[in-house]
This record gives sequence, C-alpha cells and structure tokens, in this order.
Amino acid sequence: MGMASGQIKIGIRTIWDIPKEEYFGPGQLTCAGCGPSLAVRHILKAAGPDVIVVNATGCIEVTSTQYPYTAWGVPYIHVAFENAAAVASGIEAAIKALNRKGIANAKAKVIALAGDGGTYDIGMQALSGMLERGHGVLYVLYDNEAYMNTGIQRSGGTPRFAWTTTSPVGSRIRGKVQSKKDIMSIVIAHHIPYAATASIAYPIDLMNKVRKALDALNEGPAFLHVFAPCPPGWRIDDSKTVEIARLAVETGVFPLFEWDHGKFRLNPPSNMHVDKSKRKPLINYLKPQGRFAHLKEEEIKAMEAEVDGYWDYLTRLLKAFG
Amino acid sequence: MSELKSWTQIPIGGYITEPQNSVKNKTGSWRTQRPVIDQDACTRCRICWLYCPEPAILELNKPYVTKSGRKYNLTFEINYDYCKGCGICANECPVKAIKMVPEVVQQ
Amino acid sequence: MTQVIEKERERSVVVGKVGLTTNYAIAHAVKDVDVDVVAAYPITPQTTIIEKLAEYVANGELDAEFIPVESEHSALSAAVGASAAGARVFTATSAQGLELMHEILHIASGLRLPIVMAVPGRALSAPISIHGDYQDLMNVRDTGWVIYIASTAQEAYDTVIEAFRVAEDPRVLLPVIVSYDGFLMSHTTEPVEVYDTKAVREFTPRRHNTRPLLNPERPVTMGALATPDWYYEIKYQAINALRASRGVIDEVDSEFNRRFGRAYGAVEGFMLDDADYILVTYGGAATWNALEAAKEARGRGLRAGVLRIRLFRPFPSNDLVKRLADAKAVAVVDRAIAPGSPVEGPVFKDVYIALREAGVDKPIVSVIHGISQRTMYIRDFYELYYKLRDIASTGNVPRESLYMGLR
Repeated sequence: MGMASGQIKIGIRTIWDIPKEEYFGPGQLTCAGCGPSLAVRHILKAAGPDVIVVNATGCIEVTSTQYPYTAWGVPYIHVAFENAAAVASGIEAAIKALNRKGIANAKAKVIALAGDGGTYDIGMQALSGMLERGHGVLYVLYDNEAYMNTGIQRSGGTPRFAWTTTSPVGSRIRGKVQSKKDIMSIVIAHHIPYAATASIAYPIDLMNKVRKALDALNEGPAFLHVFAPCPPGWRIDDSKTVEIARLAVETGVFPLFEWDHGKFRLNPPSNMHVDKSKRKPLINYLKPQGRFAHLKEEEIKAMEAEVDGYWDYLTRLLKAFG
Repeated sequence: MSELKSWTQIPIGGYITEPQNSVKNKTGSWRTQRPVIDQDACTRCRICWLYCPEPAILELNKPYVTKSGRKYNLTFEINYDYCKGCGICANECPVKAIKMVPEVVQQ
Repeated sequence: MTQVIEKERERSVVVGKVGLTTNYAIAHAVKDVDVDVVAAYPITPQTTIIEKLAEYVANGELDAEFIPVESEHSALSAAVGASAAGARVFTATSAQGLELMHEILHIASGLRLPIVMAVPGRALSAPISIHGDYQDLMNVRDTGWVIYIASTAQEAYDTVIEAFRVAEDPRVLLPVIVSYDGFLMSHTTEPVEVYDTKAVREFTPRRHNTRPLLNPERPVTMGALATPDWYYEIKYQAINALRASRGVIDEVDSEFNRRFGRAYGAVEGFMLDDADYILVTYGGAATWNALEAAKEARGRGLRAGVLRIRLFRPFPSNDLVKRLADAKAVAVVDRAIAPGSPVEGPVFKDVYIALREAGVDKPIVSVIHGISQRTMYIRDFYELYYKLRDIASTGNVPRESLYMGLR
C-alpha cells in the first residue's frame, strides 16, 4: 500500500524536491497570511493525490468549501466539529472491507484534519477512540492556538497568559489562566507507530513527516501536530506568520520532535535546544504578538519557566526513549 | 458570482463535484498592498513560492537575463488574481527582492 | 397488511423458521444483506444486536469491519464516513445513544447517505430508565430519515432487508431507521422465517459507484458550507427526496411480497372494514394488546378496530385518512410525549393534521400509555373503546391527552 503511489518513499532533501502539484487552492477564503492554509498546502503536496481528507469544522473547513466552490483537489468530507477521527475511522474501515470483499480497489490513505479546538477539546474523545482502535489514519492537528473561526476564543491549545476573547485581559484575570495541554503526550500514550510535531516554518521537515506518517499507516494510526500561526488571532502582521512560527521553534516554545516506533527524536533545529543557551530568548517570540502585549515581566518569567519545564520533560523522554 | 440554480439543478447532498473550482474566487480583490518582485535581484531560490499560503506565486519556465547578465530559466511571478497581499513572500525573501507596494485606487 | 401470496411465493426462499428476538432478527437480516461496515456502541436495549453482529464477524459469517466505537456520536460519524466511501453500513442505538447521535442524524440525511439503523425504542432520562417507549424515536422524527416502526420480529427482519433497498435506491439515497418496542420486542423471542442468503442478496443488489463517493479517481467535496443563497435549495432536495421515497417504499414492499411472500404496507389495519371505533397504534405491544381489546369489544357488539402505523416518515397521511374516514371516533395511542404541546401525543398531532387536512372532522383523542414500559393492559384499551363510544355519542371530545396507566 505504502509503495502504491511511488513517490511516498522518496524523501524531500531540498526545496527543489518539493512537488509542484497543488491540491489545495487557490481561491480559498482564508485570511491573508493564514498559517493553516499554508500547512494544508504543504501536507497535500507531500501526500499526493491518493488521499481522502476528513476535515473537522473550523477555519479551514469554512474557508475552503463555500458552496458551490471547493479548494480541494482531493476527495474531501466535512461532517461536524468533534468527529473527524470517527469519520476517518469509518472511511478507513470501508476501504478495508471493500478491498477485501473485492467490491472496490481503493488505495486511498485517510487524513483527518482538525484545528486545536477540534482536537484538544471537542474532538479529543473521537481522537482517542481512533488511536486506541488502531485505524490506519493520519490525524493532522493544525494548531493556531484558539477558536479562530468563531472569533478567537481560548481552547485547550491556547498558551497560558494569551489574550483571547474568552480569556480577556482584565484587572483581575490577565489572559488565559491555564497552560496549553500537552497533546503529544496524550497521543503518544496510545502507543501508536508514529507521532510528530511540525511547523509551517520548516516545510521540508513537515513534508517528510507527512510521508513517514503515511507510510506508518499500515501498522496503525499516525499523528502530526502542526504549528500554524493566525495573524488576526495572534495580533501579528499578516506577513509575520512564518517568522513567528520559526521563532516558536527557535525559542523552544514549539520543539520539533518525533515519536517513531517507540523512539523519541528531536529534529533540527530543536535537537540543539536541550541546551537552553542555544534557544533564542523567549521575548523574541512574545514581543511581536499582540496577544501577549499585556505580559508583565513576572508573567514572562513564569512562561519561560514553563518552557524550561517542558524541555526538562523532553530531555527525560530523550534519555528514556532516545 | 455563481448562477443561483434551483434545487432541481444541483448535485445531491450539496456535493461539489468539480475539484479546486475555488479558482473562480478571485481573492486578489482583497489586497491593499501588492508584492512586486525585482526580477534582477531575485535569485530564484523558490522560498516565496514555498511560503505562499494561497498559492499565488507562479513558478514559470520563462527565461530571464538580469541586468548584470545572469541567465535564469525560471521566473517567479505573482498571480495577482489570488494574492491577498499578506506579504509573507516579501518578509521571507532572503535577498529582499520583493517589495510591498500599496494598491492605488484609480481616480 | 400481511399478504402472504402463497401462489407466487417461492417456498425455497425460506430456509428455516427459527426463534429469534427482534434484536437477533435484525442482526440476522444485517448479515443476510452482507453489510461492509458496522459501527456501534452498546446501549440497552439495543446491545444484543451488536453483540450478535460482532459474533458473526468474529466467526467469519459476516465479512465486515466491525468498529467498536467509543460513543454513539462516533458510531454514526463512522457510519457516515464509511457510507460516503461506498460501504454498505449498519448501526443501532436507543435512547441516550440516539440523543447523542442527534447532530449527525441531520448530517447523514443532509449528505444523502444510505445508512440503516435499528432503534429499539426506549424512555429518555431523567429519571433514567432502560425500559421501552418511543420518546427517543419521536425526538428524531424531523431529522430527514425514512422511519419504519415494526410490530413483530419477522417484520423487523423483513424491514431491514427492505430498508437497504429503499435507502440505496438512486431515487431515495436517504438513511433509514427501523424502530420497534424496546424489550417487549427487542428481547422477546418469536418465530421468524429466515430467507436464503442468496435470495436476500439478489433482492439487495450492490449499487457501488452509482452515487458520488470519496474516491481519488473523482474527487468530490462533501459537507460543504452553504451560504443562505444555497442552504435552502440543498435542504429542500433532501426534504423532497424523503417525500418522494414513498413511491420507492411501496415498490420495494410489493417486490418483497413477490419474492418473499410478505408485504406490510405503510399502515396495517385490523377489523377496519366496518369499524366505528379505531385505535391508532405503532409498535408491537400497543398494537397487539389493542387488537385483543378490539376482539373482546367486538364480542360484545362494539365495532372496534386497530390501525397500526408502520411507516412513520414519510407519514402516510392518505392511507390513514382512507382507513379512518368512516369511523365514529378515533384514539391515537402514543408511547411518547410532546410536553407542553396543545395536545401532548406526538403521533396524535400527525394523525389529527392528516384528517383535518383531508376535511375529515370526527372526534379524535390523544392517549398516552406505555411510558417507560408501563404495562398497557388489554382492559385499558377495552375501556378506551367504550370511552370512544361515549365521546362519539356525547360529542364531548377531551381537549387534552388522556394519560392512561398513570397513578
């Protein structure tokens, strides 16, 4: 199955290895400078045409399928907000059954695509079910760290202290009180073959991870956590989407790593970042973002401590499973 | 704007059967500033093409000779039909060959 | 109406008469039509269906993917995905499970996916009750599904086979619910004639690829966002398909009769030809107990009859009007409640509207009974016939639902 589409085994080494084919857009109604839109473009380039996309309700869904126009060049279904993983499970099972029974000869791989709201929050149960049952589905979380489609409300993926419209900056409460949920640990706890973080700022890394993930689907589910900034939601300039995504990696806020068949691996440049001195100062990441504009020094310190704490955790993972 | 068909004239289930027909949405009209590529400064590194979320940067097999005499077989051009003017390309361009120019409304 | 046309029936299609609960009869039918995907979650009183299906799959008697999902919401979601990818799909649920699915019920019909689901009816929480009524089903009547309510295990078996034919017909392409009494039928063993698998499969031929599917060879976008410019048209298409499904439903029922020697129609009448007083029922227990009461009443000279609604959506208004037109008084026995409505029997409202729309003006009474399986005694219905007689003679028609069996 993995070899069926031929190109999947070949890694992308340089920018010139990236396929020219476009399976998403243009003409989708995403905001200017949309991180998730770029993520989808990259993911589909890596995946190629033999996929079926299941999309949870969210930014990408509403902007890419406004009837009678679709931005999708691959088969696509949107059902609801909380069930992308369940719908994908059904499609995967259908393909298996139809192939086995000789009713169809389908080689399509199934990609579920959901935002942070559709994954960390309302879609968590369906995701866990899909992972536990072992469906050969690639679940992609595009994380823009809030419910942007409904107008910037906090989600389980919103970082601590961030301003959103439901975690406003008031005199008593200043931004989100809780920390960002560690979705990767939750996913890895299901002991699936492959899970990785990726960023729109590192497209080659992202695309190779997409292909690795698709290759792993014969064994079970795969998961990609893709960091994808939202200019209107993060209060950044439209032109800064990629730059901010890069800074998130460089400052250690969003480390790039893989959980590959029980092995833990940090990917460049995050593999240098166990040593804190190799990370850029956190303020470089926070300062350009309006959602963090209210942060006082002690809040920035607290945030830094949280980033350091996560790195301690990753370091221990690396020691145990590296 | 698409023709508003009756319920008897559209595919069932609200299905859209023509892939990527979103090309009919000319999102370029949203733009308040436009990227302009300096073809002489451009090194054909493909980074603008890579980071465009639309995509609205065309990679063309179009030869170009720079003022300094450098020959390229590739030319990158902005597709203004879809470019929303976000400026990621200009921001990411390693040689600053893309400038963002305000759209001027013709009087 | 059960019409066994012996002459035309090929006896060879019946391979045996076996004792099955309605749940097992459903599972048997699902196996016989050869579904590809079953996605289901346990809930009483549905669970024994999916237990049996899991067993069939584990034994290799049914070649299907059994997805033991983590909730009913995911059960129907997985069913939607599988159906959109071209599989023949079955699921089942009751009560809270059906409520949890509710969102996706509308989506399954909106996306025109021919899923078949069994719903043994059960009371809704709170207070929690695992026992039977039809509150769950009534809450989903406006979701755009074809809905049958069976009255015997045999009928449930037959109806599942018919349901796949109806659902997958290119003129319909809608999901179908086959409902019946929770416990009183789901867990009661009755003799069921099961058919030759080959005959069942011939009756339910595969129509793979005759509708748009999720397939990279012809990429289609399903579940698009419709603006107000389009929503109404897309929705109306599905509404119209449900209305138009009636023709296909009748056609399939007739063909089923020719092939298997049974037909049920949209409504089933008992002793209606000269009936003055008619109880309108649905499901098994209410129907059969009303029928016993009608027989007793007739034994004492009261011309009593029963009209059972088998096809609930699309609602068979004309059939009802035809059968009720000559009655002196009618009562609709609801095993569900529409709280706060002008009259609180949900099916009563449909029957009332059907009659009034047809210009039939006669005393019609709403009766609530059998809630959370409160025993519906034959004597209750017997008394109800006499009440109808009094109502007809006095013209004193109750303006509120009569709550029978309530302490």
